[in-house]
Amino acid sequence: MTYAFAAGDRVRVTERSATGHTRTPRYIKGKCGVVERVCGAFRNPEELAYGRTDGPCIPLYRVRFSLSDVWRSDAARPGAAVAADTVDVELYEHWLERDGTS
Amino acid sequence: MIPAHRERDFEALEAAFREMLVARGVLSDRDVEERVERMHACRPALGAQVVARAWFDPDFRARLLADGSAAVRELGIDVGALKLVVVANDERTHNLIVCTLCSCYPRMLLGMAPDWYKSVAYRARAVREPRAVLAEFGVVLPPGVAVRVHDSTADMRYLVLPMRPRGTEGLDEAACAALVTRDAMIGVAIPEAGPART
Repeated sequence: MTYAFAAGDRVRVTERSATGHTRTPRYIKGKCGVVERVCGAFRNPEELAYGRTDGPCIPLYRVRFSLSDVWRSDAARPGAAVAADTVDVELYEHWLERDGTS
Repeated sequence: MIPAHRERDFEALEAAFREMLVARGVLSDRDVEERVERMHACRPALGAQVVARAWFDPDFRARLLADGSAAVRELGIDVGALKLVVVANDERTHNLIVCTLCSCYPRMLLGMAPDWYKSVAYRARAVREPRAVLAEFGVVLPPGVAVRVHDSTADMRYLVLPMRPRGTEGLDEAACAALVTRDAMIGVAIPEAGPART
């Protein structure tokens, strides 16, 4: 298995929309984070959901995002995230691109 | 939420489907019973056993954080194909588990998920305002403690390893395990040196 990303890499979640059984939540699309760990390779749930169980295994990563970055518009709300707060999301490789902005 | 009359529809559909599978010999009634029994054998005491062992055995703790599933199997707990990630609280970090897309939950170690874990409100708010959600559960974190939310979107399942409460120095491992609640292992509670509440 070839992994495009390694722990510590900065990545961006692709912003495309998708129908079907995608495991990429909408709130994280377009956001930039850092690969926390490589989880291994698993069959694509977007295929498994339709009974296509013979597809290849694909890389899965845990990506860490800053919560105050994900929810920028909430900054003034009481109970808003502080700078160190994070959310880790499991994302398949085909939803990630290298983040060259920083 | 599914309205009550729809829930009855689903119950009827489940019964019809199950009876058809049994009639065709795909499953037996015994298979179904065994599966239900196995599901009910999973309960938070299993997770609590794992947590207490990690409090007492630093080498086990290190293995648990490196490969959760392998470490849990060492204790003779059957976790099947579960890919377990254990996240440890410390003086500067508090972990919280959610599944925003559905209701993924480490059932093999905690049993059935509580209803609130599956609610839209918890799933939406845990990733957006975790500090407010935690405060409603009675956990008020100082700003110096970072919140790490873990969204179980794909193949991993998560268990929070809480800190051992102060005042438990005289307790043995089993007595410590009794202090570890289901909620503490989801991250919405902090274990206390009194008797466990859930």
